[in-house]
Amino acid sequence: MRTRKYPNILRWLSPALAVAALSGCSGGILDPKGQVAADEKSLIITATLLMLIVVVPVIVMTLVFAWKYRATNTEAVYEPKWSHSTKIELVVWLVPIIIVAILGVITWKSTHALDPYRPIESDKKPINVEVVSLNWKWLFIYPDLGIATVNELSFPKDVPVAFKITSDAAMNSFFIPQLGGQIYSMAGMQTKLHLIANEAGTYNGFSANYSGGGFSGMKFEAIAQPSEEAFQAWVEKVRTSGSTLDATAYDDLAKPSEKHAVTYYASVAPNLFGAIIGKYMNSHDVGTVGEILGFNTWPGAQICLAPANTEL
Amino acid sequence: MFGKLTLEAVPYHEPIVMVTLAMVALGGLALIAAITYFRKWNYLWTEWLTSVDHKRIGVMYIIVALVMLLRGFADAMMMRSQLALATNGALGYLPPDHYDQIFTAHGVIMIIFMAMPFMFGLMNIILPLQIGARDVAFPFLNSLSFWLLVAAVVLMNLSLGVGEFARTGWVAYPPLSGLEFSPGVGVDYYIWALQISGIGTTLTAVNFLVTVLKMRAPTMKLMEMPIFTWTCTWANVLVVASFPILTAALGMLTLDRYLDFHFFTSDGGGNAMMYINLFWAWGHPEVYILVLPAFGIFSEVISTFTGKRLFGYKSMIYASGVIAILGFVVWLHHFFTMGSGANVNAFFGIATMVIAIPTGVKLFNWLFTIYRGRLRFTSPVLWTLGFMVTFTIGGMTGVLMAVPGADFVLHNSLFLIAHFHNTIIGGAVFGYLAGFTFWFPKVFGFKLNEKWGKASFWFWQIGFYFAFVPLYILGFLGMTRRLNHTDNPDWTPWLYVACIGAVLILFGILCQFIQVFVSVRDRKKLVDESGDPWNAHTLEWATSSPPPFYNFATTPVVHDIDAFTDMKEKGIAYDRPARYAPIHMPRNTSAGLIIGAFATVGGFAAIWHIWWLAIVSLVGIVAAFLVRAYDNDVDYYVQPAEIERLENAHLAKLAKA
Repeated sequence: MRTRKYPNILRWLSPALAVAALSGCSGGILDPKGQVAADEKSLIITATLLMLIVVVPVIVMTLVFAWKYRATNTEAVYEPKWSHSTKIELVVWLVPIIIVAILGVITWKSTHALDPYRPIESDKKPINVEVVSLNWKWLFIYPDLGIATVNELSFPKDVPVAFKITSDAAMNSFFIPQLGGQIYSMAGMQTKLHLIANEAGTYNGFSANYSGGGFSGMKFEAIAQPSEEAFQAWVEKVRTSGSTLDATAYDDLAKPSEKHAVTYYASVAPNLFGAIIGKYMNSHDVGTVGEILGFNTWPGAQICLAPANTEL
Repeated sequence: MFGKLTLEAVPYHEPIVMVTLAMVALGGLALIAAITYFRKWNYLWTEWLTSVDHKRIGVMYIIVALVMLLRGFADAMMMRSQLALATNGALGYLPPDHYDQIFTAHGVIMIIFMAMPFMFGLMNIILPLQIGARDVAFPFLNSLSFWLLVAAVVLMNLSLGVGEFARTGWVAYPPLSGLEFSPGVGVDYYIWALQISGIGTTLTAVNFLVTVLKMRAPTMKLMEMPIFTWTCTWANVLVVASFPILTAALGMLTLDRYLDFHFFTSDGGGNAMMYINLFWAWGHPEVYILVLPAFGIFSEVISTFTGKRLFGYKSMIYASGVIAILGFVVWLHHFFTMGSGANVNAFFGIATMVIAIPTGVKLFNWLFTIYRGRLRFTSPVLWTLGFMVTFTIGGMTGVLMAVPGADFVLHNSLFLIAHFHNTIIGGAVFGYLAGFTFWFPKVFGFKLNEKWGKASFWFWQIGFYFAFVPLYILGFLGMTRRLNHTDNPDWTPWLYVACIGAVLILFGILCQFIQVFVSVRDRKKLVDESGDPWNAHTLEWATSSPPPFYNFATTPVVHDIDAFTDMKEKGIAYDRPARYAPIHMPRNTSAGLIIGAFATVGGFAAIWHIWWLAIVSLVGIVAAFLVRAYDNDVDYYVQPAEIERLENAHLAKLAKA
């Protein structure tokens, strides 16, 4: 498991936290239930506090200067031609440069530490889930378990979950706010995301990228089970449901539908996920045109014509 | 014969749309009747519609912007009220197929058809005056640019009553905006409206860049140009560099939709990610295009109303330049969540926060302009102070989202919506409204009513916080954007507050319109004979208000950044020249209007696949252009006697004042 990287000093000062307190602290990104989300939250707080070092003085100075140098205050110094001071110029360039330099270092480190593609370090073997966004529902395939679900996701707490994500519709974004950041789902491509839940519970998941009429109902529940046994029980429940997700059933499922009920599939056609990506690679149009134009002989043709970007 | 167009294209079943259309029709009829009754058609045609005078064109830009502000704001009110009603499982009154058009239209209108024309309007009116020019470099092109914008505005509004508008969000990402998911004409309206206005925008930027380089008073050095002129120039550099990207991206989307190409489709070797990159390679510079001229306005307002030179003039220019250049290399921060590697994300994140440095410098320089000044709290100053406080917060939330690790949870949330409204309203719009009040007396010869102006400011400012602080909070609570209805009791109270905020902003807008009405009524009392009501620094105040059509009887001689202050101090500001020389001026032309009209019809024909009409329109555009190109009678000389008569009248008024 990752260790907390960002200092939480002065957390009590944070307006962000005050906001969380205001709103009952439930369900949002300031109420993290997993290590990734917790790191992202403290990153937000650290960056905000750092910026407040400049922001607060600017706001205060704006109000104070405006009041002090109001036209009716004839006591104040008035220097209509004063318009340059190398000292002040140095300070006003240097202060933001220093803050941004510090923030830049934090950004470089945190971006690598929180890279969604980076597997989470853990002594437990991660659960693999293949995610497909459809119009307008989420399909979750568990390739190692041979089961699949719609609009319900489950995994044990304290076990990393490795998501491979694609879309068989418009672009969506796979997001469970309390567990950490999101990643786009795109047709013909595969993206990756690694999350972990450190507390058992049911968390809201949804698409964070507008994808058409049924988008608002494109929600699912992510259930972090309290134990491996509880997760096994859930898997058994799915397995006893009886239905099979084969090519025909998938084509039916892929038809647009809104607020789709939670559905379980006891078995899944092997490599369905690969086939969903692969169907967009059927680039016979480009192939033919490419051949006619001698496109294949271009140096870059292999890159253009290959099923590129499956590993973004 | 009529392509895809049938009578079914009119949404009879949508009461909201039909009532709106009826009101627009009644309003239009009333306007036409009034113009006819007062016999103003001839005046309107010769003095305004065919005018190539940059000041008149500027006024028309701002009228378009204000009309579209009303439409865009009506969309905003509908969204906020829908979201306030559609909570806890309720569905509200706007089903997704209508609501999704509204949020798309709101974004497109506010950015392309409200903010851009407002900015170009102020630039048109003020920039040539600030550099002592008689007009822009290419007056006919300027008229053409305006009428292309009008063509796009007409198409945009036609989508309300004929067919539909896009249901894709204002970014129109494929594959959602492709034929598979958007088979209707909505996306086509989007494409053609943006393309036509985009051409006008590019031409305007070229025009003003040449104007700044070639038309300045010969004695004005580049590093003596007023700061507003400088920030507009940086914005125009950005327009010239970025709008062609939008044109190309939309062109490729057009080929995908019309000719079955595969640039951005999911299959056939297309790649939607390319569109997203290209869109933001334009879209990010676009926000700096909007805000840089506003920065210039704040600089003018602050240095005028403190009665002081702008602090750090050179710093300001370099800072604007750095913002403009960096604005071009940060586009990827709009999609950290696409799955680029950590190195790429970190690079674009850090590049983005570097922009905070020159922006911070600007804020400090405004602060030190106030320092040791004599600040008069007029309404333009209130807008500026409101901006300095509000925009600082918006900048901070922007830098926060530039940190990829933070963006992963904030992306596409209402936090993002709050952030960009914070910068665009608190930055660009506050700036335009400050500029509107500041320069109004220059254009019309009387000041605006201060009481209503201040009321408008306070409603806007307080309304802004009521409307958008809840959105920041909702972002933290995990609410994503473009939802049609919600089912989370924690969100509900904040959605109510945001709706109240929108109502407060509505009062702000109403105050603005009342302000104009009251001021026109009391124009005798508010009259300014001096041409320099605020005791300002720059050349636009050196001429009469409203300025004569030739702007300056003699070309001003510039010795200082604050050229007019310098003249006033030397006591030569109002000297009568020994003699007047003839002035070379462009003639009015209807060619721009005619080309604009053909572009409207052509765009409509392309949207509905009425190909014969599209060809006719294209031929019309080319023919009108050729007629204009071969017209040799495009200019004339104003004779010294005429100039002397106008100048004497102005000087007589000055003597009285």
